[in-house]
Amino acid sequence: MPKLYWEDFQPGAVAVYGPRLVTRDEIVAFAAEFDPQPMHLDEAAASATFLGGLGASGWHSCCLLMRIIADGFVLDSSSMGSPGIDEVRWLKPLRPGTQIRVRSTVLESRPSKSRPEMGLTKFRYEVIDEAGTCLTTMVTTAMLGRRQPGAPP
Amino acid sequence: MKFFEDIQVGDAFEYGRHTFTAEAIKAFAVRYDPQLFHVDEAAAERSHFGALVASGWHTALAWMRLMIDYRRRMDEAMLARGEPVAGIGPALGFRELAWPVPVYVGDTVSYRSDVIELRPSNSRPQSGLMTFRSTGVNQNGAPVLSLISTTFVERREKPP
Repeated sequence: MPKLYWEDFQPGAVAVYGPRLVTRDEIVAFAAEFDPQPMHLDEAAASATFLGGLGASGWHSCCLLMRIIADGFVLDSSSMGSPGIDEVRWLKPLRPGTQIRVRSTVLESRPSKSRPEMGLTKFRYEVIDEAGTCLTTMVTTAMLGRRQPGAPP
Repeated sequence: MKFFEDIQVGDAFEYGRHTFTAEAIKAFAVRYDPQLFHVDEAAAERSHFGALVASGWHTALAWMRLMIDYRRRMDEAMLARGEPVAGIGPALGFRELAWPVPVYVGDTVSYRSDVIELRPSNSRPQSGLMTFRSTGVNQNGAPVLSLISTTFVERREKPP
């Protein structure tokens, strides 16, 4: 049984999940599989690009964020998936050897009109490094099962 | 990549298709999105999805890989004709990503992008900003992925 339901995520709530050390090998392996561009694959080639050195694919940052929040709370929740992502911004490169965390803020919460067993929760996630610098931001809505389907919110 | 001046609003890029196997769906999800409906067939059958479904991130990354491979083929063809190729990137991010219909085992998704806006860049005047909508459609014609991205594309004519 899930420990966390839609009712447990109230607007304004902040949590931090992680950390996770991002290695050079995993940056290169991810890029080789999904985003094989020089700035994600090879230091020498990357130094000549706009990244000025090896950096993770922005999509790798998104996937690491997903894994960190999965371990942080999603796997303990009544998650029913997500209809999509409002916005992702890649603000700064994610370099090899960075230890990242994810800061989560609940922005909005509402019951689903069409599905009484479900609520919709909008989160802002920030991928932050050891110094607290924000590298990536994501705003997305989660579909979460309700502890009390159809009850007044 | 074509130079910024050679791209028009309405230009389409067709990237090809990707079929999602159960093995690949689970292998991706175990690493990045291990929710039960992405990693365990029996649990997925009991979920609201009714069967194993791909992580939305997996459906997006299949698009990314096909797009990068397409751009490389386009660059190689241009170089073979003796034409210069334009640099592309960095991408600033994306917005309005939607996963309207789940991707189930065996689904084949066709991916494309359509240019929807072109505008100059103040911060990088040697490039322009290209905004494009990318979509994935399954074998039944149902949309499984849509997103809007903006990226820098090099200009042929550089400002002095």
